[in-house]
Amino acid sequence: MINLISQAFNKSKKNNRPALLTYTVAGDNTKKKSLDILKSISKYVDICELGFPHNTPIADGGQIQTSAYRAIKNGVKLNDVFKIVKDFKKSKYDKPLILMGYYNMIFQYGENNFLDKCKKSGVNGIIVVDLPWPENKAFSKKCKKKNICFVQLISPTTSYDRAKKIFKDSHDMIYYISMLSTTGGKLKITPKEILTNYRKIKKINPKKNCVIGFGITEKSIGKLKSADGLVVGSAICKEITKSIAKRQNPVTNVSKIVIKLKNRIL
Amino acid sequence: MKLKKKIPLIDQHDKFGMWGGKFGGNFVPETLKKPIKDLENLFNKLRNNKSFIKERDGHFKSWIGVPTRFIKLNNLSNHVGGAQIWSKVVSDANGGAHKIYNATVHCLLAKKAGKKFIVGDTGAGYAGKMLSMAAKKFGLKCKIFMGAKDIKRQQPNVKAMKKNGAEVIPVYTGSQTLVDAVSECMRYWVANCDTTAMCVGSTVGPNIFVKICGWSTSQISRELKVQIKKEFGSIPKKLKLYNCVGGGSSSYGFWSEFMDYSKKHIELIGVEAGGPKNSKKHAAPLTYGSKLGILHGAMQYVNQKNGQIEETESISAGLDYPGVSPLHCFLKDTKRARYTAASDEEALEAYKLVTRFEKLRPSLEPSHAFAVAIKEAKKFSKDTVFCVNSCGDSQKDRNILRAKLGKKYDKFN
Repeated sequence: MINLISQAFNKSKKNNRPALLTYTVAGDNTKKKSLDILKSISKYVDICELGFPHNTPIADGGQIQTSAYRAIKNGVKLNDVFKIVKDFKKSKYDKPLILMGYYNMIFQYGENNFLDKCKKSGVNGIIVVDLPWPENKAFSKKCKKKNICFVQLISPTTSYDRAKKIFKDSHDMIYYISMLSTTGGKLKITPKEILTNYRKIKKINPKKNCVIGFGITEKSIGKLKSADGLVVGSAICKEITKSIAKRQNPVTNVSKIVIKLKNRIL
Repeated sequence: MKLKKKIPLIDQHDKFGMWGGKFGGNFVPETLKKPIKDLENLFNKLRNNKSFIKERDGHFKSWIGVPTRFIKLNNLSNHVGGAQIWSKVVSDANGGAHKIYNATVHCLLAKKAGKKFIVGDTGAGYAGKMLSMAAKKFGLKCKIFMGAKDIKRQQPNVKAMKKNGAEVIPVYTGSQTLVDAVSECMRYWVANCDTTAMCVGSTVGPNIFVKICGWSTSQISRELKVQIKKEFGSIPKKLKLYNCVGGGSSSYGFWSEFMDYSKKHIELIGVEAGGPKNSKKHAAPLTYGSKLGILHGAMQYVNQKNGQIEETESISAGLDYPGVSPLHCFLKDTKRARYTAASDEEALEAYKLVTRFEKLRPSLEPSHAFAVAIKEAKKFSKDTVFCVNSCGDSQKDRNILRAKLGKKYDKFN
């Protein structure tokens, strides 16, 4: 059985465009709203990333931190996250969904228990920010057994040799971090430079789907079109924050942003 | 799980950087893998390099001022009765606390790595103050991350950092204390690791930071061992070493040379911050049996609920941390050290007692250790030697002391 994630990449490649991936935090700004946002944007998005919030995130910038704190304040726990995924999948079964978060949440829930719940609720992939290779070998194997894609991360600091080893242990998708930054930082290097670095990594195995994330906005997304996929997270979280401040509906505002992002890569 | 003899505790980890296969490790974002590896390589090369050791010892001697005193607290011992109470006055060190050792070593390493910037976290402000001093001495630009709540309560150290030319960056996320300062500092390093060195202020964080800090503070017990032998002719038959434990850097340094002795001979007692008497919050994960979890890149016992790190509460900013060094988790599980807690109130009482009888002004952190030592001394006879690490000076706590104890405790000699 081919994973929905691979199918999504095949589809966007056929249409000659990168896959669009979005990141939102489960429970931001309420459990229901975050589900509504997911449902609404999934019409335009190829793969949905859903963050499970943690209160000591060591790789997230201000925007995602704000979203995560909002969700935690709303009392969101892992069981709520799985409930949101399940509800989402009821109506959008074919839309691939990746859970993203920090390892302590998984460790406390129990790896096996976590993966069982992932399987039952319909999760297709997992990104664990602070479980790098080779520490992630055992967990990644467990994911594979459940036909869940464990997404390996590669950064500009990753050496070529290390990247080769990471590729070897990777599943259907690899996440390339655009620059030295936490999520949502300002682009420190040009999209052209990002793509040059990206292509070097991509060459290790051109068949693997490799997405670029961190710092991508409406302004830069068009210039990165030649990648297999592009992830936008902080720009969306920022929109939710703005909507709340203006007392507007985040669902409509976020959808508008996502449509704009999509149009830039068509 | 077993301690090995004749190998420094900081080196008793496996290939994943875990002590006892359970504590420590490197749970970090991919971006930090390489800078951590680079730092590991540099440290492993230099720690056995004679000229580097000579350089370090030179700075320790002429700038930090080693050895710090080892003194008998005669009046306090007589008042309390029971065991003899001694103190290693680590607050004699330049800057007034043990944090200077780690800060100096990190700045030396940063220089060797060709870095021009160094960043660090701070709780009580001592780690930040010392890093700013060392950075100034070695010509590095310095940024210190500090929780907004701690900035308010530890003003003297904030002023000192600024005077040394460091930029103090207030952290407003979460509980606005040390835990958030460390997170923010690590995030900054994720984004700037190509130009900037990071100094973690205690024996916490990814494996290499635990090791470098432990290696640096070990100076304390190297001195103490010599001083004890000189004073008593040999190591006394019953020796007990009391030290406060927040992250655990001073206690590791205070104990490291004595690991191989049996605990009946030399007992190691770690005192955590129990928080206010009537509060459920505390900063004592070892004493109160907190669960194993990951905080700031390392597996450790940490206060948490449903995977989220819990807020702590303690009168001493330096101990106000929800986790604890993997080294101490290992020492707890192997039963080499014993851990207990003192409340805010007990620490204040101990401060009052020590300052009443002795010309010594321990900060609120070591006052926790004094509280337990004073309580336990009565149960022993005179041939038992208690030694308390007075690892910080109370100058930084003057505002808190004045508010809690009144003006007369605000005087400093």
